[in-house]
Amino acid sequence: MGGILSKQEKRMQLLAHIVMIFLSVLALVPFWLLIAASFSDSNYAVAEGYRFIPKVFSLDAYQYILQQWNQIGRAYLVTLTVTAVGTVSSILIVSLLSYGLSQKDLPGRRVIFGLILFTMLFSGGIVPQYMIYNNYLHLKNTIWGLIVPNLLLNGFTVVLVRNYFQQSIPPELSEAMEIDGAGPFYIFFRLVMPLSTPILATVGLMEAVTYWNDWNNGLYYITDNKLYSMQQLLNEMNNNVMFMSNNASQLQGVDVNALPTATMRLAIAVIAILPIICMYPFFQKYFAKGITMGAVKG
Amino acid sequence: MTHTKTGKTDPVPYKKKIRWKRMVPFYLMMTPGLLYFLINNYLPMAGITVAFRKVNYKLGLFKSPWCGFDNFEFLFASGQLGTMIRNTILYNLVFIILGTTLAITVAILLNEVRSKIASRFYQTIILLPYLMSMVVVSYLVYAFLSGETGYINKAVLPALGLKPISFYQEKAYWPFILVFVNQWKGIGFSMIIYLAAIVGISNDFYEAARVDGASRWQQIRCITLPSLKPTVITMFILSVSKMFYSDFGLFYQVPKNSGILYPVTQTIDTYVYNALMNQNNPGMSAAAGFIQAIVGCVLVVAANALIRKISREDAIF
Repeated sequence: MGGILSKQEKRMQLLAHIVMIFLSVLALVPFWLLIAASFSDSNYAVAEGYRFIPKVFSLDAYQYILQQWNQIGRAYLVTLTVTAVGTVSSILIVSLLSYGLSQKDLPGRRVIFGLILFTMLFSGGIVPQYMIYNNYLHLKNTIWGLIVPNLLLNGFTVVLVRNYFQQSIPPELSEAMEIDGAGPFYIFFRLVMPLSTPILATVGLMEAVTYWNDWNNGLYYITDNKLYSMQQLLNEMNNNVMFMSNNASQLQGVDVNALPTATMRLAIAVIAILPIICMYPFFQKYFAKGITMGAVKG
Repeated sequence: MTHTKTGKTDPVPYKKKIRWKRMVPFYLMMTPGLLYFLINNYLPMAGITVAFRKVNYKLGLFKSPWCGFDNFEFLFASGQLGTMIRNTILYNLVFIILGTTLAITVAILLNEVRSKIASRFYQTIILLPYLMSMVVVSYLVYAFLSGETGYINKAVLPALGLKPISFYQEKAYWPFILVFVNQWKGIGFSMIIYLAAIVGISNDFYEAARVDGASRWQQIRCITLPSLKPTVITMFILSVSKMFYSDFGLFYQVPKNSGILYPVTQTIDTYVYNALMNQNNPGMSAAAGFIQAIVGCVLVVAANALIRKISREDAIF
């Protein structure tokens, strides 16, 4: 009996590994093609297409990036700034709000919490939001247009962080500090924040990836190419290429060579994802945790 | 400690006043966040009435003249409403059914992998696409599908002796491409959710089953799958509540907003964007957004009521 079982177990192990290897390959192959293509010679790519192992190797695309560093480096800087400022302010605002909400005797906390939950159920839609940010707050073509709309705060994160404060920070500690004469802000920065690093790291990491990857806000609020983020730069190159290929007949005066070639665009995509690919393996467990926490509620 | 605290408390008549004073710093702390929700969420909610106005950017959100149901009539007359609602719902249905099945299968198989290192390794790699922006995903897809340089057109099809395909001009392929890309990007995410549920199943059940001589397959069928039922139901109902919403990036970026493909790629979200930003038609965009918000909200409430009925503690509110 035992022999049969272990044979079965072995077969199961084998099947599991085969499927997982297949899925892993499937997940990685597009990235491999992207990287390989970015290192291939541009003329060869047009003639023969991309290959997983470039037949004619070339660094032209990356040299082009160095030449155009004025624009691309700028976009990189915009992305970095937006990610840093956005993530830090987001964490600060979320935890301040959640700390207030975690005070059990705060008058009105149920109503406020309910109003925050309601934002997860109903939204006014894009048109009114666009008009508010564009016509009233004039965020168009400012760096705040990339940072503020939609990304800074969402009800779901508030729920997560508030729950953590309520469940994982013993009230005795803050009471003790209070008796020693510490004010709420002191307690918040000296006790609550340091004790909450696990949740803040998880939330912050998710937030950072969201900011790094965001192109939506750029699409709506940025037309000035000085404020393009990496993602928007990629998106704009996409649009230009589509426009050129759709209107090729009417565009005879345009110098097509001035546009980045296909391999150059891929190289820009490679450097846009490089930080995520390099840092992700070290933070994988936080991502997994963030996702499972999300599944519990929300 | 409790004693000192009660000892410090003032007599009852003053208690309320002092409590309020103590609370001031907390309200101060909450102010930035609450202000944000007011601007980012509540002002737009008030502005949803714009769907019934003739939008004039100079007059703004709250002063543009009323126009009754004109925007909705134009939207209905454009004949696009049916297509975008159909696409939104059908894609969502396929994503839900296929996504759930695949994610559970993969989670069960991954749970079978004994080696912790291997399991972590697979998990890490399968989740990687989830961390990519849709712009980058559209570059990856383009590297395969492009007419001039794409791997499929330049390597695969010629090797099979087939003619090249202009993917970005042919509607027929896109339902498959979009479903594939959606699963490719999302499976790591949903797999992790189900894996967490599987890991949470008590080992005693499996021990008992093993003693009774149950095979691995029988254990999966009779223990794992039934235990996943609550998670599946919650996830299912959550997705149903998002039935009127679509992943804007998937339907906008991956087909590169190609107009020829609209019949199979236009969803409510891409329409709202295109009408507002490209066709300068904020009225119709607002009308579509209004329908989406109302139906969306009804669906969330209904879904929540349903969860409440099935299992109270899984309800969202």
